[in-house]
Amino acid sequence: MARGLPKKNKLRGVDKVVAVSSAKGGVGKSTVAVNLALSLAMQQKRVGILDTDIFGPSIPKLLNLSGGVPNVTESNRLIPLSNYGVKAMSMGFLLPNDESPVVWRGLMVMKALQQLLHDVEWDGLDILVLDLPPGTGDVQLTITQQIVVDGAVIVSTPQDIALIDAVKGINMFKKVDVPVLGMVQNMSVFVCPNCNHETHIFGSEGVQRVTDRLGTEVLGSIPLHPKICTLSDAGTPVVVAEPDTANASAYKDIADKVLQKLYI
Amino acid sequence: MATSTTTTATEPYNAGTIPTLAAPEPEHCPGTESELAGKADACEGCPNQLICASTPKGPDVDLPAIHKRMEGVRHKILVLSGKGGVGKSTFTSMLGWAFAQDADKEVGVMDLDICGPSMPTMMGAKGEQIHMSNSGWSPVYVADNLGMMSIGFMLPNEDDAIIWRGAKKSGLIKQFLKDVDWGSLDFLVVDTPPGTSDEHLSVNQYLKDTGVDGAVLVTTPQEVALLDVRKEIDFCRKAGIKILGLVENMSGFVCPNCKGESFIFAPTTGGGKALAADMNIPFLGSVPLDPRIGRACDYGESFLDEYPDSPTSKAIMRIIRQVRDSVGEPMEDDDGDEVAIEL
Repeated sequence: MARGLPKKNKLRGVDKVVAVSSAKGGVGKSTVAVNLALSLAMQQKRVGILDTDIFGPSIPKLLNLSGGVPNVTESNRLIPLSNYGVKAMSMGFLLPNDESPVVWRGLMVMKALQQLLHDVEWDGLDILVLDLPPGTGDVQLTITQQIVVDGAVIVSTPQDIALIDAVKGINMFKKVDVPVLGMVQNMSVFVCPNCNHETHIFGSEGVQRVTDRLGTEVLGSIPLHPKICTLSDAGTPVVVAEPDTANASAYKDIADKVLQKLYI
Repeated sequence: MATSTTTTATEPYNAGTIPTLAAPEPEHCPGTESELAGKADACEGCPNQLICASTPKGPDVDLPAIHKRMEGVRHKILVLSGKGGVGKSTFTSMLGWAFAQDADKEVGVMDLDICGPSMPTMMGAKGEQIHMSNSGWSPVYVADNLGMMSIGFMLPNEDDAIIWRGAKKSGLIKQFLKDVDWGSLDFLVVDTPPGTSDEHLSVNQYLKDTGVDGAVLVTTPQEVALLDVRKEIDFCRKAGIKILGLVENMSGFVCPNCKGESFIFAPTTGGGKALAADMNIPFLGSVPLDPRIGRACDYGESFLDEYPDSPTSKAIMRIIRQVRDSVGEPMEDDDGDEVAIEL
């Protein structure tokens, strides 16, 4: 076992790495990660997305790649699957079926993650988006200790319960020297399709308060719209299925800001 | 694992008294319990090599201590989901408050989410401290008959992230079970983090002897959540945890203005009800979205006490009655008769 902290390496063939995270579960990391990756791809960037959630991989479903099986190159590296112009790799592609759980302790998770990080043949990418799982444990430590991450986007819903965990996520990235690009406020407001009345189901303005306090900024706000959910379930993310709607613009604006910050 | 593209655990693992491997063993593995475990040539490269080499052979020495503490606990209920953000902690807090409404019952709430401990905030116990004494750690009491334990009480600064690897988290969970002086409890409700990892394996392993009454699974209606819940159901079956039922949270939303109902997290594949029928587990009910729940949780108030007439409260109480029935402690109304469930 090596003594001391592992050395951070840049991923081969990848220019910039962006981590989409939140220590809280269910705030929309995967949805934001997929729509962000697709928006960046629409800006003529070569984009890949790596699903690091070993226990609950959602990316195959969101990109309509469920059931896909990746091939290997001659040197035994995994070849990512593609859809909508974005390359993707996920633990979900390596499981026999949708229902098999991955019930592993930390060490096995680390091994699998290392394979997903280092043994995928991305074949030259401008940006790799990492979809992190909830929590601040093995997966997050392994990723931030082993590879250079150029920026982190923290997703949260407006309520305090989620923000408490999101703040922990931000502090985690500060501790491991990963620059925090900003926060995304997800599920910010619900507009009734009947009468257009706005309801803040999960509170409001919470994310702004946190960014003010911690010295970062709000990259964007995404409304709580049933379409985002149904399109995600169908494997046709909103920026691809309905690119001219306000929902899609919300994601595209965030992608623009991320690009600006990555390439200063 | 270097050359294979499949990295799954396809064999059912057994969570016995000895720390077990939960992945395919290398060829010629001498066995985790043998004298050569971790030291044989075949062990080189196996990620579990260090665990095998360093763990003492024989039953876990702390299990009898855990057994003794848990002897006074009559019913243990786990709240699980594979997916994050579906409302496990919210539901755990409601179960806690609802059980504690019955002044004769002693209730405990244990928060196993080490990275994102939400229970102190939700139960209105932010900033409280744990006292350690000769008889063990004292839980924090938020009501006369409702005590709780969480790592949230042990952090100097609420913003501090807890960046721990799995083995350390398992160690803390063991302490929660072994060192906390719960006393005699009628119900212990355990909130878990999302996923199927160290925390879930450990709590199952440590409580195997004393037995868990069962698990309540929480989900939201959309397929992306159901995907993870299916895995969790499989985990429960393989681990021998009885599934008390499935709760579908955030089911629908009634606009306060026009009273029109919208399905924000649309059940594109039938939602929780279809999943429960498919996997042959009881469906406990659907809970609609109510903006006031989020606020009540943020302020640490009991939503059921503040807004007992909300359709959400009624739905939750129906579910809680079924949970009590399934553990053999049906609720009684004021005359001492069993309450009939209105469905």
